[in-house]
Amino acid sequence: MIKTIRPKLEFLSKEFIQKIIEEAHEILEKQGVFVENEEALKLFKEAGMRVDEQAQRVYITQQLAEDSLSSSPSIIRLYDRTGEKEFIVGKDHVHFDPGSTAITILDHKTSVERKAVSEDLVKFCRLTDCLEHFDFQSTGIVSSDVPDLISDSYRLYIGLQFSAKPVVTGTFRVEGFKPMHDMLAAVRGGEKNLAEKPLAIFDACPSPPLKWSNLTTQSLIDCARAGIPSELISMGMTGATSPVTIAGTLVQHVAENLSGLVITQLAKKGAPVIFGGSPSSFDMRKGTTPMGAIETMMIDSAYTQIGKYLNLPTHAYMGLSDSKINDSQAGLETGIGAVMAALSGVNVISGPGMMNFESCQSLEKLVVDNEICSMACRAIEGISQRDEPIAKNLFEGFTQETQFLTMPHTRKWYREEHTFPAIIDRDTYDYWVSLGKKSIADRASEEVERLLKENPPSLLDDDILQELRKIMDSDAKACGISSLPEIKL
Amino acid sequence: MNKEEILKRMGKAIVEGNKDETEALANEAIKQRLDLNEVIDKGYVPGIEKVGELWEKGEYFLPELITSAECMKGAMRVLQPELEKAQISAKSKGKVVIGTVEGDIHDIGKNLVASMLAANGFQVIDLGADVKLEKFIEKAEAENADFICLSALLTTTMLGQKKVIEMLKEKNLAGRYKVLVGGAPVNQQWADDIGANGYGENAMVAVRITKKLIGE
Repeated sequence: MIKTIRPKLEFLSKEFIQKIIEEAHEILEKQGVFVENEEALKLFKEAGMRVDEQAQRVYITQQLAEDSLSSSPSIIRLYDRTGEKEFIVGKDHVHFDPGSTAITILDHKTSVERKAVSEDLVKFCRLTDCLEHFDFQSTGIVSSDVPDLISDSYRLYIGLQFSAKPVVTGTFRVEGFKPMHDMLAAVRGGEKNLAEKPLAIFDACPSPPLKWSNLTTQSLIDCARAGIPSELISMGMTGATSPVTIAGTLVQHVAENLSGLVITQLAKKGAPVIFGGSPSSFDMRKGTTPMGAIETMMIDSAYTQIGKYLNLPTHAYMGLSDSKINDSQAGLETGIGAVMAALSGVNVISGPGMMNFESCQSLEKLVVDNEICSMACRAIEGISQRDEPIAKNLFEGFTQETQFLTMPHTRKWYREEHTFPAIIDRDTYDYWVSLGKKSIADRASEEVERLLKENPPSLLDDDILQELRKIMDSDAKACGISSLPEIKL
Repeated sequence: MNKEEILKRMGKAIVEGNKDETEALANEAIKQRLDLNEVIDKGYVPGIEKVGELWEKGEYFLPELITSAECMKGAMRVLQPELEKAQISAKSKGKVVIGTVEGDIHDIGKNLVASMLAANGFQVIDLGADVKLEKFIEKAEAENADFICLSALLTTTMLGQKKVIEMLKEKNLAGRYKVLVGGAPVNQQWADDIGANGYGENAMVAVRITKKLIGE
């Protein structure tokens, strides 16, 4: 049998990649990077780097960056809540998860964005849990019915309760790490077990250009020491917070990611870290940051290629849209992004469900995007030689009446070779009319209801749940919050 | 193997689309001199009905559906000569003349409908593809058929369906046959416009409509 090749999308030549990396090193060494965290500055000093404490600026030698690269693992293993299901983040493995940290949710009935509440977050987590093509969940929605102070830990508190999938999350405050870490450890049965079998990825976003805030730096350090993978989310906006050319933004992207990576390795050698981001092509007419722009996707695909060249696991914000409703734009931007991401071999692809410049989640879009991800996953499986010979034997003695429907060969392979979407319309016109001339958003809305009705939530054991409640309550109390919303199923 | 066992296995073989097994069981039934109409009704038919259910539920797709229908036809081919020898007529729900109209060589859809109708107890006379329009009527007259089924894949050839209905009127045969139309460009509106008795958007619907028209 001829080996199946994995179809691949690559934007850069090796020479181009090397030049981009070279310039990134030079920037780090000669211009430095801002790190607004004392502990990190101390670590840099101890490593012999030149540190301008007044300016909180550190100059990173190519040597240290390269040492850090070689101590970073090229593969990370994540485990679901049971600890049994393993996901490899690295090589060309592709995992989709919903886009994170929306502040609004699109109400299907009124087509209006509104503030999200706990009930929405629960539905979102449960839905993510039962949609097949999302390997990971994300703490994708900020609940407006809990005070901002605890919105980071609260998202994780809900996510861990209502989905068994590994979770992509992150802190909004330095103090957020402890309760979040405690909750993850409670689910895993101790900090040591958690470090051995990570359940979560923490996103850490540098501020472009080339600045690590106190919060994100602390997150990198805390995660590294706890064995939790950090996902570096560089997000330059072309021509606004990063150079306007795609290649120029890539230089900054690599410099930012490398500096973050060095922090993790200084905190703990061998700490898991993911080369990621959420950059965008800045729209000079509107002053917006379109995630659905083809140039955004080109930047994502290209830095992924660089991440792979550096032998690191990769992440990108792709498979999302800037549309405000579930229309053609929502589908086309998400579709192009998801397929490009999969073909680029991005290991963690965050985006599904999201719209309006990463600010809004839609349950209906999540269902549609699950089908988009299914298509993307099928495409990267490639074309296989299933049989020897391929097909010539099927034509032996063929006549004008020959058809393939009843051939055992058809029955053997059709379900493996072809996918069958649940809500994409493939009906005849009349049948579609007889079903009420529904749009994909309408069908998705029905599917949301069906999935939530037919799939009971995968809940935690009572004793773990009690422990989570205790951690959440004490975190709330420490922030001066006396009560949390009641969760209704 | 006793009768109950044979009947049970017949249904199972149809559901699984196992052609060799369905035919072997038909031969076994002949050997044991079983009542062949009972064999069909209680052995094979429950199988094909189960297949229909699995299709409706979305578990079976076209390959399973048509393979089972072909198995049914295979079993009937074994039983038919015996039924004739014993001068028993196999129970038929009705006689169907079917084909793809003149100028159109696409026959996969027509074949699916023919298979499913045959599997569901209709006597099917398949004229093939690119069939001269007069031939449908000649054959229906000669065979004393109940249905004329006209398939067309092209928007140009679907006009042939309309012509056959007009020809029936000219020959004072309107109402003598139930005319069913189908094919990719065809829809209920077209069927209504040209005065056809029914339209099935897929093979299973075609069976349902045909059964409905004979009052089942």
